[in-house]
Amino acid sequence: MNNKKKIMEDLIHGIFLILGLITVGCVFLITVYLIISGVPAIRKIGIINFLFGTKWASTAQDPKYGILPFILTSIYGTAGAIILGVPVGFFTAVYLSKVAPSKMRQIVSFIVNMLAGIPSVVYGLVGMMVLVPGIRKLFNIPDGASLFAAIIVLSIMILPSIISVSMTALDAVPRDYEDASLALGANEIETYFRVSVPAARSGIAAAVVLGVGRAIGEAMAVMMVSGNAAKMPSLFQSVRFLTTAVASEMSYSAGLQRQALFSIALVLFLFIMLINATLNFFMKKGDVH
Amino acid sequence: MKRSLYKGAMKTLMYISVGITCILAFSLIGYVLYRGIPGLSISFLTQKPSYLKGTIGILPDILNTLYVIIASLLIVLPLGVGAAVYLTEYASNKKIVGIIEYAAETLSGIPSIIYGLVGMLFFCQFLGFRTSLIAGALTLVIMNLPTIMRTTEESLKTVPNSYREGAFGLGAGKWRVIRTVVLPGCVDGVVTGCILTVGRIIGESAALLFTAGFAHSVHGFIDGLSSSGSTLTVALYVYAKEQGEFQVAFSIATILLILAFIINLAAVGVSNYYRKKRTV
Repeated sequence: MNNKKKIMEDLIHGIFLILGLITVGCVFLITVYLIISGVPAIRKIGIINFLFGTKWASTAQDPKYGILPFILTSIYGTAGAIILGVPVGFFTAVYLSKVAPSKMRQIVSFIVNMLAGIPSVVYGLVGMMVLVPGIRKLFNIPDGASLFAAIIVLSIMILPSIISVSMTALDAVPRDYEDASLALGANEIETYFRVSVPAARSGIAAAVVLGVGRAIGEAMAVMMVSGNAAKMPSLFQSVRFLTTAVASEMSYSAGLQRQALFSIALVLFLFIMLINATLNFFMKKGDVH
Repeated sequence: MKRSLYKGAMKTLMYISVGITCILAFSLIGYVLYRGIPGLSISFLTQKPSYLKGTIGILPDILNTLYVIIASLLIVLPLGVGAAVYLTEYASNKKIVGIIEYAAETLSGIPSIIYGLVGMLFFCQFLGFRTSLIAGALTLVIMNLPTIMRTTEESLKTVPNSYREGAFGLGAGKWRVIRTVVLPGCVDGVVTGCILTVGRIIGESAALLFTAGFAHSVHGFIDGLSSSGSTLTVALYVYAKEQGEFQVAFSIATILLILAFIINLAAVGVSNYYRKKRTV
């Protein structure tokens, strides 16, 4: 009887172990699939030609598969979104965490959560209908669908993650630090920016890195506002990102072209893994405090 | 003098930033409602698109969204809760815990377009599901696994150890303790996880485009899962980008915003409810 019970318990333990390991299995599956389907095209095209080729003409008679334009567009777009989005997100987070009365904090947090809950296609739609024509008129260019439009949409989309992660970090700063600073004669604003912010710096850094991850991985919204032309990036011209390069040709691609799309996904995946590792580094550092 | 200047400057920057955030949110939402509400009607919500009559209805897209949500939750809940139970109740090996948590973090950082691609390769092609709602739902299961795992894990951590010890002391086996003491304690985490997951599924598009496709036909639940269909977000994308039906796109966007609003309210409500319950 007792033996039977033990077997039963072991069996259940085993089942839970398997459930626990499913996430590991998924990561493994994704990695293996991307490598298996992404590597052949890179080998055929040649890694230098693929990564540093400046021309992408997948449907031409003599097809060219250089993805440097996409890599640069993704990097520029992300950098632009960070430059615009991080300051706004940072100051909002400090205000909500330290200055705002609790009712105000609740209301603005709800608004920020609303921004986070808006689907990316809705950002894309509004960008396409308002931002793109607006940019065309304002800067007097033939088409407003450009890197600039994408940067603005991305900077709004990363705001909620930057605000909420920075807020969590700022909330966790021990009240004693701030009290000590106030007791030494610093005013409240000085305390928040010179004591609380430095104490929460690894959390804020994590927020920025998370924003980078969001921006570089966004596909649909960017697809709707960036124009999607496969050439070297320029602020007011139509551009194509790593994500949109995969999405835009997937439905009609075949052969080497299709394989090359998987290779682009692999490159994107490597970028994301690098960003995750950085994020982990900052999160771990935060634990020490 | 210099100090008050610093104080003033920082205060101004904070107010400007909060202002920008709020104005952006309000103008975005306001604009979508302004453009979208005129297109909403009962027939828009309850009909399917008809090329004969030239009318567009989004009933199929609403149903597809619902099916994908139900199917994803049914699969992801046992997996996520089970994984969380393993991490908090069974796992004694720090290394395994570390690996599982690292995997979960990695999963939550992967962009949805990559999920869509791998979902297409694995579920649609390798497992032979073709482009179907179930392939889409399974892709979303992988995407949302970390969320359910994390929220459940957090609420399991709040179950006091004395409960477990009490139950063990009364002679209950491990499984019995989990079933009767631990699992009832994680309901709030599961509910929160479900709300977050539903929100993410409603907003997801890139992962579904290549896995679930974009057909607009009306099916029952079982038939629906095995056939291709677009959710609301995918339908919005197709109507706006491929067909130029902007009125329809804005009306779908309005519905999506209303859903996002309800989900946020529910999340706030649930967290307040359980916080009150816990402090009592």
